[in-house]
Amino acid sequence: MSAAAHALALHRLGKRYGAVAAVDDVSLGVERGEFLTLLGPSGSGKTTILMMIAGFTEPSSGAVRLDGRDITGLPPERRDFGMVFQGYALFPHLTVAENIAFPLRVRGLGRAAREAKVRGALDLVQLAGLAERRPAQLSGGQQQRVALARALVFDPNLLLLDEPLSALDKKLRAELQEELRALHRRIGRTFVNVTHDQEEALSLSDKVAILNHGRLIQIGQPAALYERPATRFVAGFLGTSNFLAGAVMDVAEGGFTLALGATRLVQEGAPPGARALLSLRPEKIALLAPGERATNEVAGHIAGWLYLGAGYALQVATADCGEVRVTLPAWRAPIAPATGLPVRLGWPADAAVVVAEDADAP
Amino acid sequence: MRRDLGWWALLAPAFLLMTAFYLAPILQVLAISFTEPTPGLGNYERLLTNPAVQRVIGTTLRICLITTLISLALGYALAYVIALASPRARRWWLLGVLVPLWISVLVRAFAWVTLLRRQGLVNQGLQSLGAIEAPLALVWNETGIVIGMVHYMVPYAVLPILGAMREIDPRVLAAARGLGASRGTVFFRVFLPLSAPGLAAAAMLVFIVTLGFYITPAILGGGKTLMAAEWIKLQILDLVRWGLGAMLASVMVVTILVLLGIFSRVVNLRRLFGAGA
Repeated sequence: MSAAAHALALHRLGKRYGAVAAVDDVSLGVERGEFLTLLGPSGSGKTTILMMIAGFTEPSSGAVRLDGRDITGLPPERRDFGMVFQGYALFPHLTVAENIAFPLRVRGLGRAAREAKVRGALDLVQLAGLAERRPAQLSGGQQQRVALARALVFDPNLLLLDEPLSALDKKLRAELQEELRALHRRIGRTFVNVTHDQEEALSLSDKVAILNHGRLIQIGQPAALYERPATRFVAGFLGTSNFLAGAVMDVAEGGFTLALGATRLVQEGAPPGARALLSLRPEKIALLAPGERATNEVAGHIAGWLYLGAGYALQVATADCGEVRVTLPAWRAPIAPATGLPVRLGWPADAAVVVAEDADAP
Repeated sequence: MRRDLGWWALLAPAFLLMTAFYLAPILQVLAISFTEPTPGLGNYERLLTNPAVQRVIGTTLRICLITTLISLALGYALAYVIALASPRARRWWLLGVLVPLWISVLVRAFAWVTLLRRQGLVNQGLQSLGAIEAPLALVWNETGIVIGMVHYMVPYAVLPILGAMREIDPRVLAAARGLGASRGTVFFRVFLPLSAPGLAAAAMLVFIVTLGFYITPAILGGGKTLMAAEWIKLQILDLVRWGLGAMLASVMVVTILVLLGIFSRVVNLRRLFGAGA
């Protein structure tokens, strides 16, 4: 698919501050109606990318295109994007209704049309009763909803969200995640979200772009990224992962054997070379009952464990694979975890994935 | 109860000092305005009947209003530049604003006389440039008084305005632009309203301080334009009309107290607006 078919396309976008590249040659496309999340640790360049899309930061190189049209040089007020700022940035001197009416007022909309639209936006975010309050009189969640209504009231074709839920407590965050997701489905607009919260990225997005050191590492659907991370960074940043590095032996049709010391692991897929790095999720490892067999078997003993309510997180010390993290449901757990308890771990050939080592940071 | 008494005891020295040396003389002045030269409201009647008294009050209010407006305009522009400056530049700007505060008001008034008189730097400069034929009357009149007072008051205008401006969240300004407002619209619809509490505080502060100006009008007015403070001094020290002087002094004290009452409401309003909350 060509870049022109995307609602929004970033073409070889870069931003340098002196010798430091905050964003380094990032190209990606967002289709109309899609929910894209830019995910990365702090300093990964995700906010800089959002600010370049919004027009607040001027790119050092590359272009931002909207429906095939180059908008790189356009000032923010002429891009017609809705934006929810970190910390909401509501106007403290205006009421909720006046805040929401602001984008309509600066567009010269008449009073009657303005009032109707504000009412519609207030209903959309379920704040109809609070129109005359000032932002300082609202809770964090309500302020977040006002910011959302203000960003959507003028029917922008693109909504930008800068860490919209980071200021909220955990429970409220989960609630608003669901609301945001439902809102996106209902209005069908293109959303671009920035977050460092991998859980939020997985649950909200149609597509996630993972960034590190200003570079785009991998982009794809949440499940694809989680199940088939391309690099060690992606596997470690999205969820948790065990990493097994070894020498490749016996390459066969559709699989190969990996040697870690005396241990031989059977792995699906094609080896990248003489050595390979595997990412193995803790929840894909089973505890083997006595006599039970698995394609890959590793013996060890429990070096540490945590009770997490829904499950246990075990750290199993092994001879050749180092410390392996394993999670298992707490409900009818096959063992009662105890430090020093010997266990056998097993997983099939398709449980792990081959990942690449990341290129060195610039 | 006993503990409360202890607190009051701690406050007592300061309270006695204030009463003996500050409150009592003021009350005495207030009393004199009702008793000299004859007991009654005779002195206050002059407010309504005496053209000289009315002229002094009119002149004072006019000069103070003009001074306040010019100081606010200059102060707002300066505060805007300082608020947007880099931290390094901001320190230099602030130093430039504050330095005049440390120079004696007397020195500054005479400096302005030197600059503004007929053979002064300003008139000679303009004449040598050919901008004017005859020297302008820049001093020993209301113009001179306003120039001197504005110079004195601009720092007092800058500081509260700058305080309000620095409380404005820059993300709010960015949000306004992101929502479609041009730079001009952002200024008039967001920046100006959010800095308004500082503007109101500065207006009150400047107006109240200018009401009591004495040295600057006395020197730059050249004795021809009388403002309230100099007129009071004239009544009491030169003409020995204590009652009349005390009356105008009392009127000014009451006026300032009323303005301060309004001022404290403005400060509360600022909380209400949640600026910087």
